[in-house]
Amino acid sequence: MSATKTPSAPASGSGKLLYDGPEWNFDTIQRAYDAIHAIGVDEMGLDIYTNQIEVIRAEQMLDAYASIGMPNMYRHWSFGKHFAREDALYRKGARALAYELVINSDPCINYIMEENTMTMQALVLAHAAMGHNHFFKNNYLFQQWTDATSILDYLTFAKEYVASCEEKYGIEAVEIVLDSAHALMNQGISRHPRPRMTLKHAKEKHRRRLKHEEETYNEIWRTVPRSELASSANGGMTSEAAREAIALNLPQENLLYFLEKHAPKLEDWQRELLRIVRMLSQYFYPQRQTKVMNEGCATFIHYEILNTLYDRGQVSEGAMLEFMHSHSSVIYQPKFDSRSYSGINPYALGFAMMRDIKRICEEPTAEDRDWFPDFAGNGDAMGTLKEAWAEFRDDSFILQYLSPKLIRDFRFFYIHDRSDSPFVQVRAIHDEVGYREVRRKLSEQYGIGFHDSDIQVMSADLSGDRRLVLHHNVHDGVLLDKHECDRTLLHVAHLWGYRVRLLEMDIETGETLREHETLPMP
Amino acid sequence: MHIVDRRLNPKAKSLGNRQRFLRRAKAEIREAVRDALKKRKIADVDGGENVRIRTKSLREPTFGRGKDTGSRDYIMPGNSDFASGDVIRKPDRNAGKRGRKGSNQGEGEDDFVFSLTREEFLDIFFDDLALPNLVKAKLKRLKSLESYRAGFTTDGPPSKMNHVRTMRNSLARRIALRRPKAEEIDRLKQQLQAEENRKPGNKALIGELRERIRHLEHMRKVVAYIDPIDLRYNRTEYRPKPKTQAVMFCLMDVSASMTEELKDLAKRFFMLLHLFLTRHYSEVDVVFIRHTTSAQEVDEETFFHATETGGTVISSALEEMLRVIRDRYPAEDWNIYAAQASDGHNFDDDMDRCMAMLNEEILPLCQYYAYIEVYSSDQIAPFLSVAWSGYDELTSDNANFAMRRVSNPGEIYPVFRELFAASDDRER
Repeated sequence: MSATKTPSAPASGSGKLLYDGPEWNFDTIQRAYDAIHAIGVDEMGLDIYTNQIEVIRAEQMLDAYASIGMPNMYRHWSFGKHFAREDALYRKGARALAYELVINSDPCINYIMEENTMTMQALVLAHAAMGHNHFFKNNYLFQQWTDATSILDYLTFAKEYVASCEEKYGIEAVEIVLDSAHALMNQGISRHPRPRMTLKHAKEKHRRRLKHEEETYNEIWRTVPRSELASSANGGMTSEAAREAIALNLPQENLLYFLEKHAPKLEDWQRELLRIVRMLSQYFYPQRQTKVMNEGCATFIHYEILNTLYDRGQVSEGAMLEFMHSHSSVIYQPKFDSRSYSGINPYALGFAMMRDIKRICEEPTAEDRDWFPDFAGNGDAMGTLKEAWAEFRDDSFILQYLSPKLIRDFRFFYIHDRSDSPFVQVRAIHDEVGYREVRRKLSEQYGIGFHDSDIQVMSADLSGDRRLVLHHNVHDGVLLDKHECDRTLLHVAHLWGYRVRLLEMDIETGETLREHETLPMP
Repeated sequence: MHIVDRRLNPKAKSLGNRQRFLRRAKAEIREAVRDALKKRKIADVDGGENVRIRTKSLREPTFGRGKDTGSRDYIMPGNSDFASGDVIRKPDRNAGKRGRKGSNQGEGEDDFVFSLTREEFLDIFFDDLALPNLVKAKLKRLKSLESYRAGFTTDGPPSKMNHVRTMRNSLARRIALRRPKAEEIDRLKQQLQAEENRKPGNKALIGELRERIRHLEHMRKVVAYIDPIDLRYNRTEYRPKPKTQAVMFCLMDVSASMTEELKDLAKRFFMLLHLFLTRHYSEVDVVFIRHTTSAQEVDEETFFHATETGGTVISSALEEMLRVIRDRYPAEDWNIYAAQASDGHNFDDDMDRCMAMLNEEILPLCQYYAYIEVYSSDQIAPFLSVAWSGYDELTSDNANFAMRRVSNPGEIYPVFRELFAASDDRER
């Protein structure tokens, strides 16, 4: 053997390995990022926010987990509880930590873990910094509902505000309000677009609101008897109730919003706390509706990018094997009767659908041409995908793009389960007559209505005994969990300050199926 | 794109959340700590703990849907042999935990395990005992360190410079390198002056002198008076404060009248004494002596958990204690502490013997002798027990004897107050 060393890789540009071995450093990350960026943005045409990569330790990842993934979250015991739970699971080895966490913000913040190997860092960069980032920036839901430029500012404002309230009114007083607000978080979403607001505006608006109230405060209004005001209005009970409904903008689906604006007994700072929780709930609303698409998009993009890197000789075979191993465990879908089954894996379904769309664009079968005449065989996979990523959410995406081939591949079947029967019925399977039925049901399963109960404020009777009436619109006879509901209702009563009644009404027959009523605790 | 390294950010960002969480779950955690204490050995109070709590006050309810009403449709993957229209019996909900969807909500959260740090654990332990804050802080402090001189080092702060050593090195170096003295140069300069003033000067000599002076002055510059390599600093190292050793005698009546509850109370008392002692002494031995009508030295397990039947003769325990002291713990080498817990029963005619032993033999040997009489809290008016009325005489004559009746853990601490207040004064 010759003693002189020969260069192991050709020096020419693209064929050179970006890194070698599992160790990473800031240089290799920078090199890998540049290569990934070149493929993602220049070749695939992704449109992304500027990336900010932050390297963190495992403990910091747990911290981030505990605060629902947000940096700079306000303080609350429930985050401490989640931390303790995650920490215990992690230490026991029962749960591995995520490799990355990405925040929908501009600049887009990507947390990557110190413990990752260099291949994992590359995967994560392609997955989060390209995939999720593109999705956040382009999907219509995110554009409509969240403001990436202001979320970090808003969190800072929220944290400071909660801390200042704790100082002024005591930790417990703040905690009580936040507990109640958290209980209603899923009922704190408006489904119509809202105006944008930045930290400066939020502060300014809060100040102006107070100022206006101070300026317009007039002692004399306090002396005017309330009942007279109410009775001076002409008309009887019904029209009064109707007028009130109009004034309060009823029925109202956003319980937190309603309580923030109209609960009679709340102080200003308590209303502001409700508002903060409501804003956060609203911020996460698009993420909950696009789980499959978001993960599918990111997984598809990392898969494409890593393969391109490998084809160009920029990552080694060893790295590629490691990548394939983690990639395939991420997209593993256990069967319904397997021990590890816990629902449909959004990574698996999302990734499969993206790959499938690419296949239909590039090499469609006759069946695909039948089902997807508008894009089958158009040869423009990236264009078709980008349009889908921008214009759909999970339920509409599945309804539009799930192909019979995938239904067969996943061997989906449709179960009808009546709680009063000891049997379940198979209503449709992956066959010619079942495709549309299965697809429609799967789409419904991803609709937001499938997970969130439909609860509306119906009347508040502000001029009478101020009893708040809520309706739960019952679909398919599924009532609320009684214990949970009673406890949650206590929270509503606590914020409202008076008696609260919840009627569970069947959406089709209008029949009242169950009633709950609660008084606030003194 | 830019990369930020956050790994060095301050740790424990979620500490505030944790404190709020612990406060919230206080009742449950305290319950868990109490259970943990029952399992712990007396000498192990000092340490963290895994606690399992039921999350009653930690529930976060939402308007979730129940599982027992209405009908549901769902899609599942992995069909192998079902056909459309098949009817399948539902898996039994109780048999095997993995039912259908939705089992990960609500009920599964009920209890979970997490670990408390040593600080948190002690905090909760102290909470029950109603300790004053100052005492808590002192007990929680870990081993104190003492600094001592450990030779010299070449590096250190200016305030620690050792001048003698530094100058000695400097001198040695100057001699070795032949640093010219100032006088020698002065002398040569005078000689040169004289030579120059003389009319027919010796040119060669002047040149030679000038050259020599120049050389010497150069040497003085090159060989410094004090060079960095001369510097020596006092070196200080830390070691744990040497402390003497102590032995702690736990005496307990284990006759049938001592219930588990009373024993538990007594255990708290022993634990607290042990904690106090470990702060004052680096080594603490614990001896357990239980007695009914006769006494024997036993291990901790037997001490707390085995019950005996029979009457009560306290003097038997005192005798046993004296025997152990004679055998293993000579009073010259050991600080002897004794803690006695009993429900106050004793044979009437044994009391005189006890008093005599305590007065003449035991109390002179002991640093401190604490007696607690435990009674259950449902006893309304505690009667004067035999032991209590006997021991009562001792308190006036002996500063190192303390006694107390307790029915709940909060009453234990005052027993120690005087003793440790006094010894802390001495320390200062």
